[in-house]
Amino acid sequence: MTVLLLANETASTSFPVLAALVLVPLAGAIAVSFTSPRRNTAKTIAVLASGITGAISVWMLYAFRTGTAEFQFVTQQSWIASFGISWFGGVDGISLFMIVLTGLLFPLAIVGIEPEHEPKPYYAWLLVLEAGCMGVFFALDLFMFFIFFEIVLVPMYFLIAGWGHANRAYAATKFFLYTMFGSAFMLVGIVSLVTLHARATGGDITFNLIEIAESQSIALITSRWIFLSFAIAFAVKVPLFPLHTWLPDAHTEAPTAGSVILAGVMLKLGTYGFLRFGLYLFPEASVFFAPLLITLGTIGIIYGAVVATMQKDLKRLVAYSSVAHLGFIILGTFALNREGIDGAVLQMVNHGLSTGALFLLVGMIYERRHTREISQLKGLQKSAPILAGFFTLVMLSSIGLPGLNGFVGEFLILLGSFTAHRWWAVVAASGVIIAALYLLWAYQRVFHGTPEGDNATMRDLTFREGCVLAPLVVGIVFLGIYPKPVLDRIEPSVVSLVEHIERHDPDFHEPSPALVVGDAGEGAARTEKEGGH
Amino acid sequence: MLDLVWLIPAFPLLGFLLLVVGGRKLGEPRAGWLATLLMAGSFVASVIVFLGLVANHAEERQFSQVLFTWVPAGRFSVDVGFLVDPLSITMCLFVTGVGTLIHLYSIGYMHGDEKFSKFFLYLNLFAFSMLMLVLGDNMLLTFLGWEGVGACSYFLISFWHTSDSNATAGKKAFVTNRIGDWGFMVAMFLSFGAFGTIKYTDLFEGIHSNGIATSTATAIALLLFVGACGKSAQFPLYLWLPDAMAGPTPVSALIHAATMVTSGVYLMTRANPILAEASPWVFTLIAWVGVGTALFAATIAVAQNDIKKVLAYSTVSQLGFMFLAIGSGAYVAAIFHMITHAFFKALLFLGSGSVIHGMHDDQDMRHYGNLRKFMPITAITFIIGWLAIAGVPPFSGFFSKDEILAAAMDKSPALWAVGLVTALLTAFYMSRQVFMTFFGRYRYADPRPDEIAAAWQTKVAAARSVAEDAKTADANASSALALARARLDDAVGDDRAAAEQAVAEAERLSAATAVDASDAQKSATALAMKVAQLPTVTLGLTAAPDVHEISEDLGHGPAHRREFHPHESGWQMWVPLVVLAGAAIVGGAINLPFSHDVKFLEKWLEPVLAHPHEVSFSGGKLFVLAVFAVLAGLVGVAIAAAVYLRGKGDPTKIELPILAEGWKYDSSVTAFMGGPGRQLFEGAAIADRVGIDGAVNGVAAGVRETSGTLRRLQNGLVRTYAVGIAIGAVLLMAYFLLMAKAG
Repeated sequence: MTVLLLANETASTSFPVLAALVLVPLAGAIAVSFTSPRRNTAKTIAVLASGITGAISVWMLYAFRTGTAEFQFVTQQSWIASFGISWFGGVDGISLFMIVLTGLLFPLAIVGIEPEHEPKPYYAWLLVLEAGCMGVFFALDLFMFFIFFEIVLVPMYFLIAGWGHANRAYAATKFFLYTMFGSAFMLVGIVSLVTLHARATGGDITFNLIEIAESQSIALITSRWIFLSFAIAFAVKVPLFPLHTWLPDAHTEAPTAGSVILAGVMLKLGTYGFLRFGLYLFPEASVFFAPLLITLGTIGIIYGAVVATMQKDLKRLVAYSSVAHLGFIILGTFALNREGIDGAVLQMVNHGLSTGALFLLVGMIYERRHTREISQLKGLQKSAPILAGFFTLVMLSSIGLPGLNGFVGEFLILLGSFTAHRWWAVVAASGVIIAALYLLWAYQRVFHGTPEGDNATMRDLTFREGCVLAPLVVGIVFLGIYPKPVLDRIEPSVVSLVEHIERHDPDFHEPSPALVVGDAGEGAARTEKEGGH
Repeated sequence: MLDLVWLIPAFPLLGFLLLVVGGRKLGEPRAGWLATLLMAGSFVASVIVFLGLVANHAEERQFSQVLFTWVPAGRFSVDVGFLVDPLSITMCLFVTGVGTLIHLYSIGYMHGDEKFSKFFLYLNLFAFSMLMLVLGDNMLLTFLGWEGVGACSYFLISFWHTSDSNATAGKKAFVTNRIGDWGFMVAMFLSFGAFGTIKYTDLFEGIHSNGIATSTATAIALLLFVGACGKSAQFPLYLWLPDAMAGPTPVSALIHAATMVTSGVYLMTRANPILAEASPWVFTLIAWVGVGTALFAATIAVAQNDIKKVLAYSTVSQLGFMFLAIGSGAYVAAIFHMITHAFFKALLFLGSGSVIHGMHDDQDMRHYGNLRKFMPITAITFIIGWLAIAGVPPFSGFFSKDEILAAAMDKSPALWAVGLVTALLTAFYMSRQVFMTFFGRYRYADPRPDEIAAAWQTKVAAARSVAEDAKTADANASSALALARARLDDAVGDDRAAAEQAVAEAERLSAATAVDASDAQKSATALAMKVAQLPTVTLGLTAAPDVHEISEDLGHGPAHRREFHPHESGWQMWVPLVVLAGAAIVGGAINLPFSHDVKFLEKWLEPVLAHPHEVSFSGGKLFVLAVFAVLAGLVGVAIAAAVYLRGKGDPTKIELPILAEGWKYDSSVTAFMGGPGRQLFEGAAIADRVGIDGAVNGVAAGVRETSGTLRRLQNGLVRTYAVGIAIGAVLLMAYFLLMAKAG
């Protein structure tokens, strides 16, 4: 049971995988900026660089050892020795799928949508963004994490400001300031944490996440404050109600690829941050603040869905649906039990697939009709049946139809949170009713009816677009029918995380089935047998 | 043989996949045949598994097959696994059996539709989902089927989605069902919370060995019932089902009558060991919701003129009967009625589809009449369905309904009485439908009320225009007279005589036109009065509306319709009708009340039930109850015959507007959702933009402002800084002193 979190040699290889995840896209970005301003070269390089990165991430999926909570593919190099800062990264079940998701979404976004102008800087920024996102997901050094966490803002800012729609300047600035505001708190938190840790242990200053998290040397009250400073940064990123208002603007104004990445990957920086740097670093504080966070998450679920219903812009509707979906992820995370956190991690992947696909589809409609106004669109199922078919499937995934991916995650989250805080789950579960309402209503207005004018002549998906959507759809169906391979890889890390919390907060016991209904005492014994397999 | 169970859902799944890939290429009719064939394969597989199960001893009639682990997470784990037992295989048999027939029927019905192959794709997907629902060995897999059939129902209701009302009906069905699904979900959480599992056998085993708190069982039972109310269209969630008739008729027969809508009944039966541990009031509640819905829907059915709407409300009502049975603890009776209902209601729906098909897509029963002349097979089979649903012995519906009423009597005479009234109403509205459709006068070519009204309006308009002309003529004559008089005044000598003559002439003319004008005005007014007071046009049950006065003005409508001849449907359509009619006649034989030996269904289902239900009273009392039930049915038929066959009494006294509008429940809900509900949502959206985002932008503006002010503080004057430092130091000191004191 001792926590030997660092992997032994089996899963790490001589090839510096993690470094490659950052360096390949970065090298691609540099290469792109040296090309002559001809569209094809830049795009080819971007496709190649992101494709290789994607391939590496998929290879990691294959090389990843199941059944262990250890960090794998670990890489550690001293960086700024005097401050105890090192290049320290590793991947466990929680981060693995974030990396794979990032690795897959970037090439799809690059292939799927052409920028309207200036392809060179566009592709360069996208690749820088990919490097940054990858770094966030494997960083195990607080300083390094912060650097990556911040660096992703820059390319995204330029992508929105440079290739966005009408109101792009406002949206980009808002996005930047909002997130910077959150990060400022986190920076203060990191510095205090590192200093206090050094003082408490009497050792040198270190930014090593595992060392700090395992020692739990800081006073309870202090750690609660520091947790809050992290939490604000993550809550803005997620975004958690009521810090969400940058999201609809940023999503709506961003170019399609930007929206796909923003929703698919960047929002997960927040939820991932909560898991890796919230629960792990501050177990007691996480337990203490869990009621607050699940309340905000639950409000987000209902509120996001309600506000989504009344949107007139299709992209804005999808953006608000993200507020609801991310609320689910927070709810599952702070259920603080295996089922809930498993579900939350799975739902991060699911949301990336289905919302990524939704933004791609909306982008494809926009490319054809040059509008996202729901009232301007009508009867598209008749003119573009294949696009409508894709949209239907993705929509049903987003609604949480069993047999598709969204359901599994949502169900586990609700199951876990019901075990922990049943009334919140009961309220949150009603969010799925409103989800059906806003998506089906939007679908009806956009795809049903008899098309006229431009809507009647809109062309269907091209082969290339179909190929871009196909991997996402395959993922959506596969994870709905057979999520076991994914859950098997997530599970050990989640179990270890929950045990970590239990170990460091003596008053905390993982919310379990039998605790809900006191009279079924034997139920627990029976389930233990299953959980242990 | 039992391990072939996976084939049952595999066949329709294969069909679905094949049609996704190559449906368009296959086209009509091959896509339909493929789907039908695979459905038949599924039926054969069901029969084989059924035989395998029969071969076992009663206690060993349970078999499970796990294909793979579906969702393993933490302490939760469910498989994709099948539970074969008498209940699930009974469901499989009638789902695949009726399903195959309806697939076959659809080949004829959907002939010529541009989305022919897509229709069968959905139909096969539906069958797959429905079979997962009944075969799943855990609640989550049942839920997969549960939502799957809901999604297919959505696709198929809005199948002809270019019409907005169809699209709306589909959405309404899905969203309303989701409300019920919420209950199902929470029920699963509770079950997991209590037992750490949602696998049926483990759950029931847990209840058996450890018991379950009454409060938990009650909560689970209620939540499952919420789910059942959604899917099985019980009050207050029934209102999606009548609208669901927007889908093609085979869909109404398969999904919205025979199979999907009964899944609530299946679920309650499946969960009967949990229900058995719940507070007794849960049963009372279910029974009253059931019988209340049954009565409520039956009253609405009385006043519907759309042939499918009558059947839709009838379905809601019959499902209410099934819940009455469950509430009375008589699960077998519920399943029995579910099966017979699947036969006769599928038959009635398919029959109505045949009628609609033969009547040029006209669904208004007021335009039918005497159709048995034109479509004899449809008529005969429909009549069999009618006798079955009306509870006429020895047709199947009689036995199953009788058993429910007996169980209801056992629980409470009040339930029985309401059930009996509903049975009477059922017989009445079904007879009304049969008489209006297949008997009486053929009314299709009759002038329609709107045509008659329009013709009268034309006539009135013509009379008014005549009056107007006469008035003009009179005015002309008057001015001519005035002119003549003026000329007379001026005239002298010989001219004067001529002028006098002219005046006399003009006077005569003017007098005549005045009379004409007044007459025309009078007759126009009289006509308008008469039209305003015309009695509302009746159905024309005994004779065509009297239109001899307006025959000129009727337009081409009636003449056009006279050239139309209703026709019988093709063999793909009538063969299923005949088979289902056979089943509707003899279906009662699966559970005859005469002695325990012939209660086949009861004996068959016994292993599934935690507590077998026994009616406490004797055979003699049962017989009396049966007589009452039959009498109620006959009274209903008799009243309908008097009104709609013999033309005695006024139908408008029965078909009250409030009934036709469904007690205004649907419109009230719609008004609420479109009014205050929408405003609430709108309010949230505005609050987000103005309130929350406004606050953020406000803070940003504030920061800009403050930083502008603060910048001025940095003025480079050491004096200012010194003051600042001093103030700060004092404040800090004060703070520390206070803290020290407090400490």
